[in-house]
Amino acid sequence: MKFMKPSVTAATDNRTASATPVDNSPTTAAEPATADGRSDPADGFLLPVPDDDGAPFWAYAASGELRVQACADCGELRFPPRPCCPHCQSFASEWRRMSGRGRIWSYVRPHPPLLPAYAALAPYNAIIVELAEAPRIRLVGNLVSAPDAALNSVPPERLRIGAAVKVTFHEMADGVTVPRWLLERP
Amino acid sequence: MGATLKDATAIAGIGQTPFAKRLPESEKTLACRAITAALADAGIAPSEVDAFASYTMEETDEVEVAKAIGAGDVTFFSKVGYGGGGSCATVAHLAAAIATGQATVGVAWRSRKRGSGPRPWKNTAVQLPTPAQWTRPFGLLRPADEIGMLARRYMHQYGATRDHFFNVALACRNRANQNPAAVMYDRPLTREMYMTARWISEPLCLFDNCLETDGALACVLVSAERARGCRHAPVYVHAAAQGLPAQHHGMVNYWNDDPLTGPAWTAARHLWKSADFGPQDVDVAQIYDAFTPLIPLSLEGYGFCGRGEGAAFTEKGALEIGGRLPLNTGGGGLSEAYVHGFNLITEGVKQLRGTSTAQVPDASTCLVTAGEGVPTSALLLRS
Ligand SMILES: [Zn+2]
Repeated sequence: MKFMKPSVTAATDNRTASATPVDNSPTTAAEPATADGRSDPADGFLLPVPDDDGAPFWAYAASGELRVQACADCGELRFPPRPCCPHCQSFASEWRRMSGRGRIWSYVRPHPPLLPAYAALAPYNAIIVELAEAPRIRLVGNLVSAPDAALNSVPPERLRIGAAVKVTFHEMADGVTVPRWLLERP
Repeated sequence: MGATLKDATAIAGIGQTPFAKRLPESEKTLACRAITAALADAGIAPSEVDAFASYTMEETDEVEVAKAIGAGDVTFFSKVGYGGGGSCATVAHLAAAIATGQATVGVAWRSRKRGSGPRPWKNTAVQLPTPAQWTRPFGLLRPADEIGMLARRYMHQYGATRDHFFNVALACRNRANQNPAAVMYDRPLTREMYMTARWISEPLCLFDNCLETDGALACVLVSAERARGCRHAPVYVHAAAQGLPAQHHGMVNYWNDDPLTGPAWTAARHLWKSADFGPQDVDVAQIYDAFTPLIPLSLEGYGFCGRGEGAAFTEKGALEIGGRLPLNTGGGGLSEAYVHGFNLITEGVKQLRGTSTAQVPDASTCLVTAGEGVPTSALLLRS
């Protein structure tokens, strides 16, 4: 198992229930890509920051495989990955390869204010895909017109709940690969 | 059945600072102002305070608050996690402490400069790999994006429309227009404004999102017996509950059988189990409104209607004064102030004292809820 090198950018705090601005707050446009102003290897896009449980997912993605953690004892798939099986409490796990096919479960089109790299492409799409093998395992991703196309490369009228999609992979930065999604019927 | 929280404690005092996009004073100063105001409202000396409860996100800790306001020896202190999900739990923890003799005078508070301070989602240096590694790289950056996913699915699954979300935004704004302390006091909202507003994260527009506010609030909790000797009529904590459902994932609750069944359902089951009355007996509700879709989801979770009926519930003025369930009568997080839902607790107290700026006639029961979509909490208050 090869582990990706740690990324420079990290993710934001999603544990707050705080919200986006309303009409008494101006939109701020010119701000550094990261809070501490460091340069960023992915042109300002946030790279995944794996934890111990998630690292295999990203390592498999880097080799072009979509794999999901499964219990090595009872066989139940689980996502996000975690140390033990919520069904049988086994600590033994394996990573099972998925077909890469699924359907759009929901989607949003974010508009500013956003981090600058994302704001430059807004509105783009973010989608949730339920996997064909396990509909309750849903991956957040982007619907794109080609593996390396921009986050806004699919026209909004093509976004539809239930649309069939298939996985592809995109290298965001050196050694950092994320799954993305293409329409089955472009 | 051993000790019960039912009506064992009461809120005897409430206090708040002004609300604004920007207040000059520090969060610590604002916290002390709200707390001393709440104690003065109750007629209780700060030296009698022996319990504190707040949010884990609260920046001013008990040590600072206690020594500034002149609290006595403190024998209970507690902090609750998950942002706005902890609001009602602060009161619930104090109630449990007082009912079991661990303390006698409790203060719960929240002070936050979210209006002039930083937006948490811009802090990309904070290392929170789980679950951010599964969402952030794809541009799901803000709470509005995360809840927008659930809102879109809810619309698809149950036929909810933007008009339903507008009903929520309008009810809150109408109440704020009656409340001089509300940030949006002099800013009416129309359907035209709503439907033409800029998007934040489709399907959510500007008016589906709560305010960004500087401000602080506090309340004082004592035993029911002590409250009856205080300055105002007691507002009893009739029931309290927290809720962290099985296989729940926080605001990105995308990875279980039914992501649209949120923590409200778990908190509600416990809340009603321990109450003498049910949803049909609630005179007024203060439901956490960081985003408008949280209202229909919460209406379903807390049992005011069936699954999938929350959007339709908002029709025909149901959330307005005189409607089936008057909502967020101070204006809520959408239009009074967003201080992690603490203003919903104090507004519940005002309703049951009969002193709200949008008073529901003869209100004697009030549901207050904390943030839905994250591990949550709720209170049933009665006069
Ligand atoms: Zn197992």
